[in-house]
Amino acid sequence: MEKNMALSMRGITKRFGSVVANNHVDLDVYQGEILAILGENGCGKTTLMNMIAGIYFPDEGKIFKDGKEVVIRSPKDAFALKIGMIHQHFKLVDLFTAAENIVLGVDEDGRYSMKDVNNRVSAIAQKYGFHIDPQKKIYDMSVSEKQTVEIIKVLYRGADILILDEPTAVLTPQEIDKLFEVLQRMKADGKSIIIITHKLHEVLSVSDRVAILRKGEHIATVNTCDATESSLTEMMVGKKVSLDIDRSEPVNVQPRLEVKELNCIDAEGIQVLKDITFTAYSGEILGIAGIAGSGQKELLEAIAGLQPIASGQVIFNNPKKDKPVTFFHKSLRKVKELAAQDAFHDKNGAPMRFKGMTNAQIRAQVAAENVLFREDEVMNLRNKTPLEIRSLGVRLSFVPEDRLGMGLVGSMGITDNMMLRSYRKGHGGFVDRKKPRALAEEIIKELEVSTPGVNTPVRRLSGGNVQKVLVGREIAFAPKVLMAAYPVRGLDINSSYTIYHLLNKQKENGVAVIFVGEDLDVLLDLCDRILVINSGAVTGTLDARTATKEEIGLLMTQTTTQRKEG
Amino acid sequence: MNVWLNFLIDSLAFGAVFMYGSTGEILTEKSGHLNLGIPGIMCMGGAGGCLVLNMIGKSSLPGFLIVILGILGALVMAMAMGLIYSFLTVTLRANQNVTGLALTTFGVGLMKVIMSKLDATVYLVGPKMLYRWPFADRTDALQCLGVMFFLAVIIAVMASVILYRTKMGLHLRAVGENPGTADAVGINVTRYKYMATCIGSGIAGLGGFYYIIDYMASQEAYLSLEAFGWLSIALVIFALWRPHMTILGSTVFGFLFSCSSYIANIEGITVTMAAKPLLKMLPYVVTIMVLIVTSIRNKRENQPPASLGLSYFREER
Amino acid sequence: MSERKNITVHEPLFHLAKRAQIQPWKAWAIRLAAIVLGLVVCGIVAFILIERLHQNPDRIDDFYYSFIKGSFTSNRKIWKFLKNMAILQCISLAVTPAFRMRFWNIGAEGQTLMGVLGCIAVAFYLGGTVPDWLLLVLMFIAALVCGAVWGLIPALFKAKWNTNETLFTLMMNYVATFIVSYFLVIWVPSGSSTLGKLKYGKLPSFGHDYLVIILVVLLLTIFLYVYLKHSKQGYEISVVGESVRTAQYSGINVKNVIIRTMLVSGLLCGLAGYLIGAGLDQSVTTESVGGQGFTAIMVSWLANFNPLVMLITSALISMLNSGAAQISQDFNVSGALPDVIVGIILFFIIGSEFFINYQVIFRKADRTAAKEGVK
Repeated sequence: MEKNMALSMRGITKRFGSVVANNHVDLDVYQGEILAILGENGCGKTTLMNMIAGIYFPDEGKIFKDGKEVVIRSPKDAFALKIGMIHQHFKLVDLFTAAENIVLGVDEDGRYSMKDVNNRVSAIAQKYGFHIDPQKKIYDMSVSEKQTVEIIKVLYRGADILILDEPTAVLTPQEIDKLFEVLQRMKADGKSIIIITHKLHEVLSVSDRVAILRKGEHIATVNTCDATESSLTEMMVGKKVSLDIDRSEPVNVQPRLEVKELNCIDAEGIQVLKDITFTAYSGEILGIAGIAGSGQKELLEAIAGLQPIASGQVIFNNPKKDKPVTFFHKSLRKVKELAAQDAFHDKNGAPMRFKGMTNAQIRAQVAAENVLFREDEVMNLRNKTPLEIRSLGVRLSFVPEDRLGMGLVGSMGITDNMMLRSYRKGHGGFVDRKKPRALAEEIIKELEVSTPGVNTPVRRLSGGNVQKVLVGREIAFAPKVLMAAYPVRGLDINSSYTIYHLLNKQKENGVAVIFVGEDLDVLLDLCDRILVINSGAVTGTLDARTATKEEIGLLMTQTTTQRKEG
Repeated sequence: MNVWLNFLIDSLAFGAVFMYGSTGEILTEKSGHLNLGIPGIMCMGGAGGCLVLNMIGKSSLPGFLIVILGILGALVMAMAMGLIYSFLTVTLRANQNVTGLALTTFGVGLMKVIMSKLDATVYLVGPKMLYRWPFADRTDALQCLGVMFFLAVIIAVMASVILYRTKMGLHLRAVGENPGTADAVGINVTRYKYMATCIGSGIAGLGGFYYIIDYMASQEAYLSLEAFGWLSIALVIFALWRPHMTILGSTVFGFLFSCSSYIANIEGITVTMAAKPLLKMLPYVVTIMVLIVTSIRNKRENQPPASLGLSYFREER
Repeated sequence: MSERKNITVHEPLFHLAKRAQIQPWKAWAIRLAAIVLGLVVCGIVAFILIERLHQNPDRIDDFYYSFIKGSFTSNRKIWKFLKNMAILQCISLAVTPAFRMRFWNIGAEGQTLMGVLGCIAVAFYLGGTVPDWLLLVLMFIAALVCGAVWGLIPALFKAKWNTNETLFTLMMNYVATFIVSYFLVIWVPSGSSTLGKLKYGKLPSFGHDYLVIILVVLLLTIFLYVYLKHSKQGYEISVVGESVRTAQYSGINVKNVIIRTMLVSGLLCGLAGYLIGAGLDQSVTTESVGGQGFTAIMVSWLANFNPLVMLITSALISMLNSGAAQISQDFNVSGALPDVIVGIILFFIIGSEFFINYQVIFRKADRTAAKEGVK
């Protein structure tokens, strides 16, 4: 069957500052087909589609619709050309009904009648097999219903090219099946559908052709029937690049942070973490790999006490410490009883049973702090506030993903930002700026932060310098556990390596480091073990020294149900 | 006439002042702008109308023309105030609270300066009878239910119809709820904000004019006008951001406000002097109650527009 | 429309960008230019409004001279100017902690009025029955408690149910006004509702009647500067104001900070009320605060919530006020003229903030030309 070209792009290039998001991309879309666009995070898929949808304007290149060159400056232009995009973050007015959102901004002639709109919406829904109540308010809707509204919004405007940006990321398997049925029906109706995804099995099950993007470049477009999971993965991740990160063997490995069957439900009632179980050991870097938004942020925040935990445990193990016995807590009789049960030992670790000792001798031994016991320092951090966690003496450092919105105060200088975690120290009502200032100067010197001064608002620093300040502060806290979410995102090569180096040094100092990353090459070269999560659940744990990018890639895109079957 | 009926009519007539003010403020707030300049705008509306009447009050123009020109004067002056507010808050993205307060300071002051120069025998004595048509000859409360009272009711109802029954209203509400979404679907956010603020200000200005020329119809009326501007902002909360609800709300407010003078006339009820301020306090207390109850019930439809008080800058994500 | 035309249109003539930074001198130069421009517009407006001025246009320099004449040409005027400024500064300081937290408390008017009422109530009921020093202490406590309560009520609801604080505090102003009128009716049986100057409860004067007030406010300015800048609580206020997320991350209990900060604001308003009640009026009316609670919001905002800079902005507003009052006296116009003048100047300063925060970037002409050339 001869297929007509619906849309084609030629030589599309888009730069953001010095970063090239898309480099001379050529792409064709035919009428009545489903084209999947496949690629890792940050490969430029969404940027490319945003240029068709009128969000960005390309720096170079041409776009043709039905064979004619077109210029798309705004979403309105895109709609006029019958192109509609369903963004990952829905753009809906919560307070309005489905129909009101759908009709918003549409220029129609004739009288405005909500009744007509409702009817038309129902007609579209019926045609493609959606289930929707046009009069339901958005705030009462589930994520999948909201997505349906977004799709109908585009169809209502008469779009014949639909772009869906990661439509399945937020859906349950049943909802995904339903969505795919609808997409097939639209395809049969002659519409072109572009679906952005990195879930391989979905690509294989729903699409006709697959275009693979890597690092902003169009690698190839293949017919889905000729592709396999492994061939696609290879094209998607490319050859492994060696990064020259010094990785030492972990020493003195002990369980430090144990997460057991952790479940979290967010404010909208969606389960963001499902039965997560893992252990982070001291002296190693545990990498967390996964598609953006798979629950990485929620996991770290749950551990740090910033996200309510629905069920499960977060256990912190402090290395066991010898502590002297005192009569402050225990009577002499109790001490003797416990000694008989081998509860105490001397400074050399040998058991102390007070055999043949008089009470006076025992008292003397205790007074000399020669009688020691091992204190059980296992703490459950579940549902403790950050302050409670700290007052327990748990040294947990956290470098959040949102550096200026959460980790630092943008309008304050480096000195004041140093105080964020420690300002309560010291007596009296006044803050001590001397020590933070010294720390700030030390960090500026040690980590080569380029800043006009310690009091320059950190908002004005470059991304790399902001991150150095944040990581520097969290490390200065002498943590036992260091969690870092995307610590090198947006950083240049040199700053990135400074951060890797810092994390490695922490690991050598016996810190349990948890590193959430997106670049698989980095994860493989930096970490000791890699935990892969998808849709809030663990899909596998790999040894970073032997694992391959393809393995991780597969686990990242695999759903838990599949894993159980396989 | 029955004292109760008189009381009700007076409440209605008094309420029309707030009806104008809060209908105007609702339109503005629906576009996401909390306009604390409403008292100043109402004052300037009154001044604008009186300024025109001061010029034509004794002319031989036909009555209806004098009425219309006076209303236009109020409208234009108030809209000019609205324009200052929207230029500062929409285009220059200034802080809405500070701008509104400055506008009130300015408007109240300027009105007093202007009014002190006008001649009440020209702008008030003759024209007030025209505005009280068709009840100009009455001596009871009914005399205040003139053209401008009915205009207030019509505007309040129309504002509701436009907000909830037309595409334009849908777009305006979208702008106030989520300007980013409205922008993405191709609605001109800036134009809607300007339009809502200026038209809203114009409507509010009519309230000030009505108060001076019709309800109070006295030379000193303008001195007490500011307080009713603030009450109009309170009424917006009471009406839960629905213009037609201001008709009910303003009657209740008018009722509570004129309670003190009417209850004394009813046999069996005596009102001490001390109770009067407490009765006058009631509208504000009731408004606070409404504000608290709606925030506790947290029903989405009864909340202030989501982007109220925030300025919109497209490149800020 | 041809497509080629579209290509050149895609980039608008100019676009706005947030400034990353601006040198302080530039920011101040912009503000100064705004004030000058505002004064010019004031002159034009005055020219239209004031008959004597457009009959004798050469008196326009008298008009501008009045701004100095109103505040500085006699000892009495200087003292009065300093007093006005001190009271305005005190209320501005009071609203500042809440604003630094981005809690839009526009209820300073009511909180201060309640402070005045509280201290006058004590003086009214206890005046003459207790020693003077004790009376002053009790008045002080009453003023602070009343102001604090008035500030706390909206804060509690904000913390608990996120009730809109702007509208809540606004309403509280009017409730306060009517409470004052209620007490006036009770206290003044004659029905005139005007409470004469009370005989008791006057702050002692050292040298000059206003000196105590001025010194107290000066000390308070320094205190608040230190509190906001160097105390742990002040630090918490800044963090909460900047980002609630960051505050939670660092373990700050946001609700407690909201309540505590509004308590501070309320207490300071109460103090301002005490200065007005015990220091100046020895009486209370519904107009005791006279709208300064609203003006203070603008003073505080103009100073970017910095107590020391506030000395400049409150001085500026007080100077404009007394200058304009002088004009209305000299040129025989309505006493409301100061409001008009202050309003106009405020518009210009408010507008000028835009040029400090944003940058207007014009489309480069050469790029357009190049595109036209390529076709």
